[in-house]
Amino acid sequence: MIRAVIVMNTQGKPRLAKFYDYQPVEKQQELIRSVFAALSNRAENVSNFMEAESIFGPDSRLVYKHYATLYFVFVFDSSENELAMLDLIQVFVETLDKCFRNVCELDIVFNYSKMQSVLDEIIFGGQVLETSSVEVMKAIEEISKLEAASNAISLIPYASGWSRR
Amino acid sequence: MGSQGGFGQSKEFLDLVKSIGEARSKSEEDRIILREIETLKRRIVEPDIPKRKMKEYIIRLVYVEMLGHDASFGYIQAVKMTHDDTLLLKRTGYLAVTLFLNEDHDLIILIVNTIQKDLKSDNYVVVCAALGAVCRLINEETIPAVLPQVVELLGHQKEAVRKKAVMALHRFYQKSPSTVSHLISNFRKKLCDSDPGVMGATLCPLFDLITVDVKSYKDLVVSFVSILKQVAERRLPKSYDYHQMPAPFIQIKLLKILGLLGNGDKHASEQMYTVLGDLMRKCDTSTNIGNAILYECICCISSIYPNPKLLEAAAEVISKFLKVGLFFEVVVLCNLYLFCYKIVMLLNVQSDNHNLKYMGIDALGRLIKLSPDVAEQHQLAVIDCLEDPDDTLKRKTFELLQKMTKSSNVEVIVDRMIDYMISINDFHYKTEIASRCVELAEQFAPSNHWFILTMNKVFEHAGDLVNIKVAHNLMRLIAEGFGEDDDTADSQLRSSAVESYLRIVTEPKLPSAFLQVICWVLGEYGTADRKYSASYITGKLCDIAEAYSSDETVKAYAITSLMKIYAVEIAARRRLDILPECQSLIEELAASHSTDLQQRAYELQAVVGLDAHAVESIMPSDASCEDIEINALLPFLDSYVQQSLQNGAQPYIPEDERSGAIGISNLSNQGLSESSTHGLKFEAYEMPKPPVPSRPPHPVSHVSSELVPVPEPSYSRETQFSPPNLPVSSSSAELKLRLDGVQKKWGKPSYSSTQSSSSGYSSSAANGASQLESAAPSTSQPRESYKDLKKVEVEISSEKQKLAASLFGGSMKSEKRTSTSHRASKGSNHSTEKSSVLKSSAASIDETKIPQLLPDLLDLGELAPPSTVAASVDPFMQLEGLLDQKEIISSGSSAVIDSSNKVPDIVSLYSELHVGGQSSQTTLSPLSSNGSDSINLKRTVSGGSAQATKGPNLKEALEKDALVRQMGVNPTTRNPNLFKDLLG
Repeated sequence: MIRAVIVMNTQGKPRLAKFYDYQPVEKQQELIRSVFAALSNRAENVSNFMEAESIFGPDSRLVYKHYATLYFVFVFDSSENELAMLDLIQVFVETLDKCFRNVCELDIVFNYSKMQSVLDEIIFGGQVLETSSVEVMKAIEEISKLEAASNAISLIPYASGWSRR
Repeated sequence: MGSQGGFGQSKEFLDLVKSIGEARSKSEEDRIILREIETLKRRIVEPDIPKRKMKEYIIRLVYVEMLGHDASFGYIQAVKMTHDDTLLLKRTGYLAVTLFLNEDHDLIILIVNTIQKDLKSDNYVVVCAALGAVCRLINEETIPAVLPQVVELLGHQKEAVRKKAVMALHRFYQKSPSTVSHLISNFRKKLCDSDPGVMGATLCPLFDLITVDVKSYKDLVVSFVSILKQVAERRLPKSYDYHQMPAPFIQIKLLKILGLLGNGDKHASEQMYTVLGDLMRKCDTSTNIGNAILYECICCISSIYPNPKLLEAAAEVISKFLKVGLFFEVVVLCNLYLFCYKIVMLLNVQSDNHNLKYMGIDALGRLIKLSPDVAEQHQLAVIDCLEDPDDTLKRKTFELLQKMTKSSNVEVIVDRMIDYMISINDFHYKTEIASRCVELAEQFAPSNHWFILTMNKVFEHAGDLVNIKVAHNLMRLIAEGFGEDDDTADSQLRSSAVESYLRIVTEPKLPSAFLQVICWVLGEYGTADRKYSASYITGKLCDIAEAYSSDETVKAYAITSLMKIYAVEIAARRRLDILPECQSLIEELAASHSTDLQQRAYELQAVVGLDAHAVESIMPSDASCEDIEINALLPFLDSYVQQSLQNGAQPYIPEDERSGAIGISNLSNQGLSESSTHGLKFEAYEMPKPPVPSRPPHPVSHVSSELVPVPEPSYSRETQFSPPNLPVSSSSAELKLRLDGVQKKWGKPSYSSTQSSSSGYSSSAANGASQLESAAPSTSQPRESYKDLKKVEVEISSEKQKLAASLFGGSMKSEKRTSTSHRASKGSNHSTEKSSVLKSSAASIDETKIPQLLPDLLDLGELAPPSTVAASVDPFMQLEGLLDQKEIISSGSSAVIDSSNKVPDIVSLYSELHVGGQSSQTTLSPLSSNGSDSINLKRTVSGGSAQATKGPNLKEALEKDALVRQMGVNPTTRNPNLFKDLLG
């Protein structure tokens, strides 16, 4: 099972943090900080895997990937395959890339909820749900369309001012 | 969709993000966010907020919380938002609540209803959002509320919904298997779903189910194999391809499941061979995901019933990972297990790709169980990985090395490990590696000398991180020799140990555990070979005590060692000159705040004042290995007890017979009704009466069975004391104590340092009071019994050697020592014949696992006759048990009935102490709290101070000390933990 997905920039600022086991806010911050400390200590050109037992407790591993100014970090247990997780990060990033056309840190900052939707399409309840970025994109676009539609409907009454619930 | 993402943010939000991005310090960021929180708090409660605005506020809240600030004031708004009809707001609401709340939060109750409604929605996006919330927010209690809807959704027309419903059910199963146990068949059904995505999702719960219960799913092997085959043959739609691999995640999950199903099942495994072989052949090693599948294949192959051909292929893959090159080719040609070598190829890695190396090393570690020489072929590649700057890879490689350690290569491997251990700072891994070093060294040490040197290194650099037991083992090892009946070798070893410690001790800042070992060894053997004078050794010990004056444990060790050395000197009738610094140390400790140190100092002073004969009997030299029989009944105190009772003391009632800890003895009622003895008593206690009738002393078998019902006012635990088991004697006002009460009067029979001896004791205790005398005479002659033990050990080791030789063709590979002291002389013949190794190693791994679990010498217990078991008492126990040693001596030399007459004067000294009201004996043993029960003293006298909390919390103290040390600070202030025994 995947335990957490963290996206943070190279200064350690979290850009997205999703824990599939509930963690209180302070604990989340602590985990993010220790992950960042561990990551920033790693040299270039080393493997993307890290033992994370000292941070996340027994049977936990961590795979990370470094893109430009962002770290993508997946934490998971022994029921997942490290290399596969690495590719899952790739899927996630590819999807974001398709979503935002050349994704950069700013896109992620400003489209927080969208990024969450993308992640929800890929990982659901800690399990890998979908690994095809095309499929994910389809789902996301459909959701956006529906949202926009319902938004439009609801905005008209609001704009005309005759319905304030 | 462009990078604006279609979500129009207000300028405010953009500014916020921008200013946070530009914040130069954490405090500046905090200020910005606090301001933001203020704004949000104000705005969010305003009436008539436009929906779009509201959505943005919620997102801003999420943002604030992600940056580590409390956004709980807005939770309710997020909950409200889930009720909204607008899809956009509803989804935002769900997103926020899944991030904000946990399943036990109070607000969940407000959401469950909405979720129920949304699960029935005809808009599938709403259903999906609700399912997402279900996964996160539904706990065991609320599962039934949504379960029917979720099950219904398994048949939804949209595959996305079906997938998520399966996942939600899986989540329910994880949270509480019992709630969905009747629905498990649904997972099987969903495996045949028309949509491959749903089928893939179903594999996740099935994997969990199969992990728990393999047997019930054996019938699915065929289905899984055929699915895997179809996937591998690209029968799935193109959209499931990832980097030209057909549905890799489904393949991986399937391989994992097959690995579980085929484990140890030849029949099931046979069905998998073909598809596995195909997969391995087809797999594309140029992509990451291809390698992931290959790796998973290897894991599967190493888990199922072995098939030589597949192993061959696996080895080949590893080789690719590691890139073995020419060397490998040769190996492949001459080895049957070609399959394994494929893996090895992967390992040796053409790649500078660390990921592949990592996977290769891991795969190698798996295969090594099946064909141990695989790794040997790739030692060079492995060494490369070891020297890699990548920590992860290094650790993985150490894991592998640990698996392939044998006595021929242990020195290299452990040396490497120690080097690495010294180089890292991370506590967690340092501890881990240190314990691995210790484990390997204990198992495979080629020579005792090497073992001691290695342990020295480990202690020097990670002393505070290793288990204190390791230190005890080391001491025991040095004390007991090595199972060889070769006294000169043992004494040589000891002198070399002493020498190395004298050298090391001058170095600054040694860890506490190591110092304890040093002190103990110097005390026991420092003067044994007469190379160093007593004054030299004692001087060193004083130096240690001074240099580490904040560490009470070390000081305790040092002073006890001083005592030993003086005792040896006195016993040898040499002139004793106590160095002035020792004198001052003793005086300082005698005035110490720690009762333990105080007592040790007083003991030392008492011992020094005795004559040679007495010292010989209380502190025999080099007796650390000898039996100490502890008669927890302390029969030598019987007459004293009786006397006290006659003088009006209250009888001891064991804790387990006292009913109700707060029950206060209500002695005035006792004559009236014995049953209602525990109520609170509100008037003052009466004064102790003078001894009522002076009666002739009873025979010993009736010791202390006659009591006077008068409370002792000075008794410190009166409040815990109620005498429900004191029956009223009809003839007189005197009460008779039940005999079983007498039997247990010295506290719980929990002499816990050795299981076996305590069980021996408790059996005698159960026999009733008449056993009182018989328990003591059972004391065996320690020296003899120890020899017995030694003999047994030697026999075992030679037998084992023979067995090993016959099984493994002289290979020492599998010969692990069952205990530290059980180290048979390691042969020099490490030449391993391959053919036999191949066969044996699988067995040897199993075999070797077992002794690892039982590194303790005590486990020899079943082999040795019960009376000798105590010979393996932890040396520490003997430090603590000094008192009891006296008892043994006395009981050994005379019938125990009136032991106090014949005991050397030191015992009377102790009984004087008791009269003086000092709780002396109980404080003797803070070194290991479990030992303290063994000398649970006469409570009537010692006041029964709480044993469990006695003594400093060693571990905590050590950790703290280690931390301080780590930061390069010499601890100057005293550790508060060490004073616990004073306060407790």
